[in-house]
Amino acid sequence: MKPPDLIDLALRNLRESILRNALTTLGVAVGVASLVAMLSLGVGLQQLAAKRLSQSGLFDTILVTPKNAFRGMGRPQREPESDKPPRVLDEDARKEMEKLPNVIEVYPQVRFFTEIRFNNKPFATVVAGMPDSSRNSGSFDGMQGNFFSSTTANEAILQIEFAKDLSEKTSSLIGQELVLRYAERQSLPSAAANTEPSANPPDSSGGGFSVVPKELRLKIVGIVETEPAAGYGGYGNARLLMPLATASTLRAAQVNDLRDIVRDSNAGKTTYASLSVRAKSPSQVEALETSIKKMGFNAFSLLDASKSLRTFFTVFDSLLGIFGCLALAVATLGIVNTLVMAILERRREIGVLKALGAADSDVQQLFFIEAGVMGFFGGIFGVLFGWLLGRAVTFGTNVYLQRQNLNPIELSSVPLWLVFSALIFAILVSLAAGLYPASRAAKLNPVDALRYE
Amino acid sequence: MPTADPAIQLDRVSRHYTMGETSVRAVNELSLSVPNNEFLALLGSSGSGKSTLLNLIAGLDRPTSGSIFAHGQNIASLSSLELARYRCNTIGMIFQSFNLLPRMTLEENIELPLRLAEVDRAERPARVREALERVRLTHRLGHRPTELSGGEQQRVAIARALVNRPKILLADEPTGNLDSATGEAILTLLRELRSQLGMTTVMVTPERPLAEQFADRLAIMGDGKLLSTTSPKGLPQ
Repeated sequence: MKPPDLIDLALRNLRESILRNALTTLGVAVGVASLVAMLSLGVGLQQLAAKRLSQSGLFDTILVTPKNAFRGMGRPQREPESDKPPRVLDEDARKEMEKLPNVIEVYPQVRFFTEIRFNNKPFATVVAGMPDSSRNSGSFDGMQGNFFSSTTANEAILQIEFAKDLSEKTSSLIGQELVLRYAERQSLPSAAANTEPSANPPDSSGGGFSVVPKELRLKIVGIVETEPAAGYGGYGNARLLMPLATASTLRAAQVNDLRDIVRDSNAGKTTYASLSVRAKSPSQVEALETSIKKMGFNAFSLLDASKSLRTFFTVFDSLLGIFGCLALAVATLGIVNTLVMAILERRREIGVLKALGAADSDVQQLFFIEAGVMGFFGGIFGVLFGWLLGRAVTFGTNVYLQRQNLNPIELSSVPLWLVFSALIFAILVSLAAGLYPASRAAKLNPVDALRYE
Repeated sequence: MPTADPAIQLDRVSRHYTMGETSVRAVNELSLSVPNNEFLALLGSSGSGKSTLLNLIAGLDRPTSGSIFAHGQNIASLSSLELARYRCNTIGMIFQSFNLLPRMTLEENIELPLRLAEVDRAERPARVREALERVRLTHRLGHRPTELSGGEQQRVAIARALVNRPKILLADEPTGNLDSATGEAILTLLRELRSQLGMTTVMVTPERPLAEQFADRLAIMGDGKLLSTTSPKGLPQ
């Protein structure tokens, strides 16, 4: 029999026992719904964690340092013995990195430990320069106040914990000013290069530098709850954020500056203690890291931690999936039961079909399609119910979070791959459930079936 | 009228069943030749093996031994799929209890063999109408079997058996559930159709008078064996 005729007959058979078949389909739908709801929570939690981590910039950022730099923990780096001098992290290198595939931006790390004064009280903290691109990274979503008005504005965004140190009523801080006290580097003339100090680029460290205390008034424009500048490689979490361009012009003395004094001279060229390279996504970090290492620099990322996180969520999702599958397993027994009952009821009909010329395979396919159709509709309704269940859990959670004065979260997520996977899985499981009844129906002896009353 | 070429040739056909420790010989070493276009009536008492023989010719059952040739093809050696195709394309079957599918309309019941034979969809309505015209039931196209009388149901069953234009029509006690007048009308119809379409017809019936009235030849069975074949007038053949 041709497939359209088989489908037509199968649908007709299903319509005949509409109540029983609808209940069986509902059973499949409940099974799929439990699977989808469980996995949507797993996916939602994973996305939530990934979002929080990507907002921190830890997983899509590579910290690049020259090969003669000290490692974060203060251990001297082991270098293979080579006569070739280590490559300098200068503007040329920065431009070269910008041209690498999947690089969003390359910017210098400006981060320094310093003191600020607010209401004539001193507070110690770490200051970080934020590139303008971080505006759209999601880190500043839901912040109080606004992002920096321009790339060179004398403005500050405070991390909430630091803001609490300054004032109990954090919202009142917005619009107020604080004084940033920092140590400015002033380059000393290099004997070797014999160049005028004023001609040196700001970060040139060829001839060493002197340190001059300076102050800058910053207007507080926002307060953020996330940690957009969580640090690694020896830096602490920055609690005061300012535009990167503004921070760069300060020429504030940084941790690595002392190292630069004893380093070879690169007079006349802008060099960087470190650069941050942002990849388009965490999955591209590994390839980028390799490319940067090939260029002759140290590259460091938290990729391994990201891998562990993915492994954890894979296991977590699998466990949720197994629990979700239990309900689906029960539903498949329902399909087996329905089809076995259908064979008993339609025994004579199967005999007639065979007497009229139906092959065993026709009968088998007929029952297979009936099982598949129940799986298909069960899958569709199951995905819908599962999605609704996920929304309900998210809604309930958010009501609770709001009562606790916490921000709402997106707890469940049903991505397109989950919709299609659940649907295909429901159909496959239903077909597997139809295997035994279909084979039993196909093997019916037509003579016995025709005698059946 | 029958021609000399055999449509069906049974050669020492046996069908044995095992029931517990007992072996039942439903058909035992039976040989029979049915010429093309013949209307043969298989007669015999209950349990004589006539229905089993009909099922063997229909390809619904397989012989324990012997060979069954239908239009030169030994159906005893066919695979399950080939047997299904044989039933679909060569055989038309009608039953005592009509065996129409109650949830389908007459049109859908008659269309069923066309679906199984994978006849083009566009061709089907004309074939169904043609079959219904032959049994004079075109006005009941959209009805369900339960809305018809026994005689009408059997006519629908005949239309369903004819729709694939079979070479052999097998009837298993087609008048068994009908009153005598309706039974006679059905057999008259069968004989007409046999003449119009040139089909070989084998009918199982326990009613000798009806068989003598309509069949070309009677085959008498007893204990799974062919006891005799006679003309309707009782002359041995």
